[in-house]
Amino acid sequence: MKLTACGAALALGGLIAAGAVHAQGNATLDGIAKYREMLQDGNPAELFEMKGEELWKKKRGPKNASLEQCDLGKGPGVVAGAFVELPKYFKDTGRVQDLETRLITCMETLQGFNAAEIMKTPFGKGEMANVTALATYVATASKGMRFNLSQTHEQEKTMYEVGKRLFFARGGPHDFSCASCHGTDGGRIRLQDLPNLTKNPGDGIGFAAWPAYRVSNAQMWSMQRRLNDCYRQQRFPEPKFGSEATIALGVYMGVNAKSAESIVPAIKR
Amino acid sequence: MNTSMKYALIPVAAALVALAGCTSSPSGADYDKAAAEVMKNSFQDRGIAKVDRLQQDEANRLCSAADVAGKPLDETTAKAIEAANLKTVKMPSDGQFLGDWKEGEKIAQSGRGLTWSDKAGDANGGNCYNCHQISKEEISFGNLGPSLYNYGKLRGATDLNSPAGKAIVEYTWGKLWNSRAYNACSQMPRAGHMGILNEKQIQHVMALLLDPKSPVNQ
Repeated sequence: MKLTACGAALALGGLIAAGAVHAQGNATLDGIAKYREMLQDGNPAELFEMKGEELWKKKRGPKNASLEQCDLGKGPGVVAGAFVELPKYFKDTGRVQDLETRLITCMETLQGFNAAEIMKTPFGKGEMANVTALATYVATASKGMRFNLSQTHEQEKTMYEVGKRLFFARGGPHDFSCASCHGTDGGRIRLQDLPNLTKNPGDGIGFAAWPAYRVSNAQMWSMQRRLNDCYRQQRFPEPKFGSEATIALGVYMGVNAKSAESIVPAIKR
Repeated sequence: MNTSMKYALIPVAAALVALAGCTSSPSGADYDKAAAEVMKNSFQDRGIAKVDRLQQDEANRLCSAADVAGKPLDETTAKAIEAANLKTVKMPSDGQFLGDWKEGEKIAQSGRGLTWSDKAGDANGGNCYNCHQISKEEISFGNLGPSLYNYGKLRGATDLNSPAGKAIVEYTWGKLWNSRAYNACSQMPRAGHMGILNEKQIQHVMALLLDPKSPVNQ
């Protein structure tokens, strides 16, 4: 399967290169659609999901414990359906958490890892790579379910309102905000379609499509990483991993995506 | 909770709930304040992208607030922003508005520059094709801005030295230098004003749009 994915990635690379200047735009888009179809049976994200499942069940960390008693919001050990209700307020930590920060809380309380240290680890490295795999596993268990975030706790409402304000906050040398790209229907940067994240952009689009496997760099990207790269392109300084800004944006996008179907793990350009 | 979770200071959302506890529910202004606090706490310097980039000027502050409210700025405020931004426009120091359209095309193609993965001193691109159709040959263009194909031709800018031609040249220069001079909450980066493109680069992009010989005007 790995080989097939590699070969297909090469083929897609060629497609993109050819498409960049001369080929017809539609041919490129068709090529990408066909490629996605080809990968239906072998999305490399499955490897991350499998790794995540192993990590979930394995006794690890200073406390030599598994994560099987981790409460992701639906009670200890309940994985299915958790993803489509996150971020949400957690009583034990007294804050709104997304999937990744909640997993790190469990890694600390159950397994004895140092949460602050994990949060400082670069994406794709060490325990951060494990968090991404775990997030892929947990999210995949909600595949086909519909987003339904809670807005009952006062902190959840506040995070929505804060997220909305951050979404529209223009700044940096280019005066960009999230809304510069994601505030209208049918928008495109070059040939890349942009979801309108101020409302439900549709099943499996936007918030309902991450974590996703990115073909262009052969990496598994979580929502935290997706946001990190959005802010890079926005010419902003770097959002700290798990910071309130990233959680608030998650709440804003997740609430807006109410009833959108999750296709996670998705596969992206 | 384990003490190593140092990041777990009191969340802004919790502080706000506590503050509003005695009244009914938080107001829009409370949320504005919470958002500003969250913004301040959530970012860090990386490479050339420092946290001072979060400081909003008056136009960004007012336009963002209007976006949140979902209604455009009132006429007076919009006009004031436009007037203030128009004042920042610097006309070309050598009196030349048009450079080389071929160089302009390269600048329009490039979306590079000013992210934290770029280095200080790297040549910045104009990001033009990301949002605009420009020449007919380039089919990979975005649609967030209007098509600029035939930009000069459609505006009758065949003789750039005629009074009508001159007006279009000066308007276009101003638009590229500081887009908000003409549209208070324009989504277009203020290429000259914010130092994204230098004078020479803007002259080249001007040629791409206005030179009768440019493929844009064929």
